[in-house]
Amino acid sequence: MSEIPMVSFAVPDDGHGHLAEMRVDPIGLFHRVREECGDIGRFRLADRDVVLVSGAEANEQFFRAPDSTLDQAAAYPFMTPIFGKGVVFDASPEERQQMLKNQALRGDMMRGHAQTIEAEVRRMVATWGADDEQDDGQGGEIDLLDWFAELTIYTTSACLIGRPFREELDASFARHYHELERGTDAIAYVDPYADIESFHRRDAARERLVELVQAIIEKRLARGTVPREERDLLDVLISIEMSADHITGIFISMMFAGHHTSSGTAAWALIELMRHPEVMKDVVAELDELYAGRRGEGTVEVSFQALRSIPRLEAALKETLRLHPPLVILLRVVQEEVELAGHTIAPGTMVAASPRVSNRIGEDFPDPDRFDPGRYLDPRQEDLQNRWTWIPFGAGRHRCVGNAFAMMQLKAIFSVILRDYEFEPAQPLETYRDDTSKMVIQLEQPCRVRYRRRSR
Amino acid sequence: MRVVADLDLCQAHQMCQGEAPDVFGFDAGADKVTLLQEHPDESVRPQVQAAVRYCPAMALSIEES
Repeated sequence: MSEIPMVSFAVPDDGHGHLAEMRVDPIGLFHRVREECGDIGRFRLADRDVVLVSGAEANEQFFRAPDSTLDQAAAYPFMTPIFGKGVVFDASPEERQQMLKNQALRGDMMRGHAQTIEAEVRRMVATWGADDEQDDGQGGEIDLLDWFAELTIYTTSACLIGRPFREELDASFARHYHELERGTDAIAYVDPYADIESFHRRDAARERLVELVQAIIEKRLARGTVPREERDLLDVLISIEMSADHITGIFISMMFAGHHTSSGTAAWALIELMRHPEVMKDVVAELDELYAGRRGEGTVEVSFQALRSIPRLEAALKETLRLHPPLVILLRVVQEEVELAGHTIAPGTMVAASPRVSNRIGEDFPDPDRFDPGRYLDPRQEDLQNRWTWIPFGAGRHRCVGNAFAMMQLKAIFSVILRDYEFEPAQPLETYRDDTSKMVIQLEQPCRVRYRRRSR
Repeated sequence: MRVVADLDLCQAHQMCQGEAPDVFGFDAGADKVTLLQEHPDESVRPQVQAAVRYCPAMALSIEES
C-alpha cells in the first residue's frame, strides 16, 4: 500500500484524513488524485485508505472484479440510516439490483412505464398557468431542484411500486424524501449517527415517511381486498404482514438509485440546453419533426417515441451525463486481495472509481470540459469508444440496470416540455451549480427557470 | 464485420433481440445473450449498430474484419 502515492491536502487534516475536504469539495479532491498520482492514487477517509483509480485500464480492472472480491454495501455507510437501521435486507445490493431488473425494469414493461411517465409530466405541467401564482398568463417560474425532484418521486413510485401507491402521494412525500438525500454527509464514515443537523433532519424525515406509509396502509386495510389487477407492491407487502417501518425502508431503497440521479440529470440537461441555444434549437427542431407525424398518419405518441431513437436529444443527454454524472464516486470495500494498476490491494481497503474524473479525461474526450453533443454522433461515438472511461452509469456487470429506463424517462420528459414550452434562465447562467457538501450531490438553490408557452 | 458479445458484461436485458432478432438470441438457462450469427450480412449492419448502441450493459461491439 505504501508504494501507492497519497494525494496532498487542500484542507488541513483534522484527524480524519481527507474527510474534511470530502465534506466541502470532493470533486476537487478526486481530480487532484489523478493530477498528482496518475491512474492510481490514494487518500485517507477516517480510518481507511481509499485507493482511487482512473483511466481505461485501471477502471476495467475495477469494474470487472468479481462480486466476491469487492463489497458494495459496506462502502456506503451513509445509506444505512436512510434505509432504516432495523430493516434487515436478506439480499445483497447485487441481488436487489437483479430483482429490480427482473421485476419492474423488464424490457416488456418499458412501454407501460413510458405511458406512466408521459402522464406524470403532463399532470405536473398542467398546473402551470392554472393555479401558479408565479404565472402571469405569459409564463411563470419553477425551481429546477424542487420541480424535477417532485416529478421523479411520482414517476419512480408509479413505475417501481405501483400507480395506486403513487396516487396517495403529494409534494410532502418529495420534501421528506429530499431530506433523506440531504442526510448523506461524508461524516457518516466516522459515525452514521453523528450529532449533526442534517442527520437529525434525515431521521425526522424518515419518521414522517413511515407515518405517511402507515396512513396509506390503514386506508388499504379499511378498504379491504380488491381484484388482483388493482393491487400494487404495497398490497403484497401488507399481505405478508410487514411493518410500516420495514415497508418504508424497502420503498426508500427501491426509489433511491432512480430518484436524485434522474432528477439531477433532467435539471442539468435543461441548464446545458439554455447555455447552448444552438443545441436547444437543434433538439427542439428534431422533436417538432418527430412528433409532427407523417402526412396521412396520426401524430406520434411520446410514450412510443421515447423508447426509440431521438439522436440529437440523446446526444445532449449523454453529454449532460458526462459532464454532470449524478454519482461522482463509486466505492467498494476489498474482501479478497485484488490487483489494480499493478498494485496488490489488501482486504479492508476501500477502492474507488470516479465518473466525474474519468468522464473528463482529455485523451479520451478532447476538450473535456466543453459541452459538445457531437461527440456521440457517427463516427466519433465517444461513449462506445471509451467504455471504461465514459462511465456516468458505472460500467461492467453492475453498470446501472436502470440506465435504459432513465434514458427513456429523460426522453419522455423533454419530449413533453420542449414541445409546448420554451425556457429561459431566471438567474445568470453561471450561477447554476451543484452543492457538493453531501455524498448525494444536488443542485444548489436558487436554481430558477422561466417557462413560457410556445406559439406554434 | 464480426459481432462480439462480452458475456461477462451481459445483464440479460434482451434489447439486442428487439433490434436485430436474426443476429442475437438468448440463453434463458445462462441468462445471457447468444450470437446466432457471428458474421452477419452487411445488409443488417444498421440493426446491429442499433443493438450495440442501445445495449444497456454496453456488452456488444462490432469488429471490422
